[in-house]
Amino acid sequence: MTTTAPPRTPAPAVQREPRPVPAWRRGLRPYVLSIPAVLIIVGILYPFVLGAYYAFLNYAAVVRRPVFIGLQNFAEILSDPAFWTSVRVTLHYAVVATVVETVLGIGIALLLNRSTLVGRVFERVLILPLMIAPVIAGVIWGLMFNPQYGVLNYVLGLGSTFDWLGESTAIWSVILVDVWIYTPFVAILVLAGIRSLPKEPFEASAVDGASWFYMFRRLMLPMMWPYILVAVIFRFMDCLKIFDHVFVLTAGGPGDATRTLQIGAYQNSIIQLQYSQGSTYMFLLWVIVFVTARYLVSVLGKAQRRAAGSEE
Amino acid sequence: MASRELGPGERRFSPASIGADAALLVWFVFSLFPLVWMVLLALKTNAEQISTYFAFTPTLENFATVLSEEGERLTSVNFTDAILTSVINCVGAVIVSLVIGIPAAYAAGRWQYRGSNDVMFTILSFRFAPELMVIVPLFVIYNQIGLFDTNVGMIWVLQLVTMPLIVWILRSYFQDMPAELEQAALLDGYTRRRAFVMVALPLVRPGIAAAALLAFIFAWNNYVFPLILTGSQHTPVTVAVTRFLGGGGQAYYNLTAAAALIAALPPLLVALSIQRYLVRGLSFGAVKS
Repeated sequence: MTTTAPPRTPAPAVQREPRPVPAWRRGLRPYVLSIPAVLIIVGILYPFVLGAYYAFLNYAAVVRRPVFIGLQNFAEILSDPAFWTSVRVTLHYAVVATVVETVLGIGIALLLNRSTLVGRVFERVLILPLMIAPVIAGVIWGLMFNPQYGVLNYVLGLGSTFDWLGESTAIWSVILVDVWIYTPFVAILVLAGIRSLPKEPFEASAVDGASWFYMFRRLMLPMMWPYILVAVIFRFMDCLKIFDHVFVLTAGGPGDATRTLQIGAYQNSIIQLQYSQGSTYMFLLWVIVFVTARYLVSVLGKAQRRAAGSEE
Repeated sequence: MASRELGPGERRFSPASIGADAALLVWFVFSLFPLVWMVLLALKTNAEQISTYFAFTPTLENFATVLSEEGERLTSVNFTDAILTSVINCVGAVIVSLVIGIPAAYAAGRWQYRGSNDVMFTILSFRFAPELMVIVPLFVIYNQIGLFDTNVGMIWVLQLVTMPLIVWILRSYFQDMPAELEQAALLDGYTRRRAFVMVALPLVRPGIAAAALLAFIFAWNNYVFPLILTGSQHTPVTVAVTRFLGGGGQAYYNLTAAAALIAALPPLLVALSIQRYLVRGLSFGAVKS
């Protein structure tokens, strides 16, 4: 009988003490587990650092032996109006898209939160635009934007004269596509936040006869603030480095109307093979993103602590 | 649980409720119309493609054309190969990310160690890094060492998309798992490794599946990496779709829509299957639901 113990069952506790592991080895454990990930980080950081280094070289495909030229690229690019146009376009895009998506996303989340039949059906299909590739969203909208053959002018009764991707309209059209793709992102994050809120404060203030708007402004918004901030941070950061659907819709044009910083860097690096200029664009964009991210994450930390404190 | 209503006066068939449903309906017409239009276009013949009619006799021949040699002649990309390339690249990137990311996520979720926050925030910063800053040097390096236009090259760079997602999501799952469960297993005589494999890992299995599938979607949908780092041999679907736009000097709306539909289908199906876990995944575990 003693030899027929089933395999793979753990030995009973009384028979086997945990194998003692020296303290110094226990302390190393998390490091050992993280080593492969750190190696990957290094593997990705290497080209990243190299890219930053390019910004300080006179590196282009035609330059056989690039040399270190210090801040010359930065001086050139910071005094180039084309760069500042890109900064303006990028900020315009990022601010408008983030604000519109946040407002619409909160609105949709509030509407879905009523959990009516309509709401439950819509909640399931809400995320569909978010899940298809942004470049494919760009392709589809491109087909619809066509003034002659596109369906939008036909459905909206605009005739064949309204040019969605014209000089003055293109930036708004690419923002429209961004809103179409990413508003669901804000909505599902905010909806998750609303559903995690405690019910009691709302019931209490309902008893006190508070209006819906008062409760929304004084209770829900403050408690929701961390969730909204997470959505805003993700959207704003992603908008600063927007590329996919804008590239396929306009490639930065007409002229430089939608030439965001990443598209500018693409044109410099990949089309004109001016690696240094493209990298300088990216270096400056990275600085903008990094500073903004640090600031927003610190705001988020404060908001989360405040929200956690208010619950206790 | 039964009622999620937050305000008074929100009865089921009140004017306010009907107004709210109407507002939702407006959003969903806006939201779904492009997708419906993509399907309609994909079912139209060449002659009908430039019309804006909604009524026509549907045909599946566009899908056949996209996947045939005719499609390859127009775009110089074999779309069937492109699908295969996308599958290989994305599955490869997700597997590498899982093998490497699960231990790191476990370490970060279980222990606070010196440098743990730095490692985690470096990984997070990938999420917000401007891709081109990495791609341009990689473009130069890949051309030198022969990784340009290869699946290995794409799998490597897709880590930038898949790794942060998997590490951050799984870290939040490991943090939420009570440490007592593993301690109990240790008391029962399990080794650390066994406790991890037999207790911790099965408990976060739904998280692992959701993170892996979401990472797959993000890798599949990526456009800027293959745009620059692949040529004609290993083009994935996102790049292949755009080739139909100018194919043969003529616009093929219907073929473009059919190709887009094929390319969009896998992420849509995967997303619907993991909908419960999406919030946590999309927000990197910062928002739990």
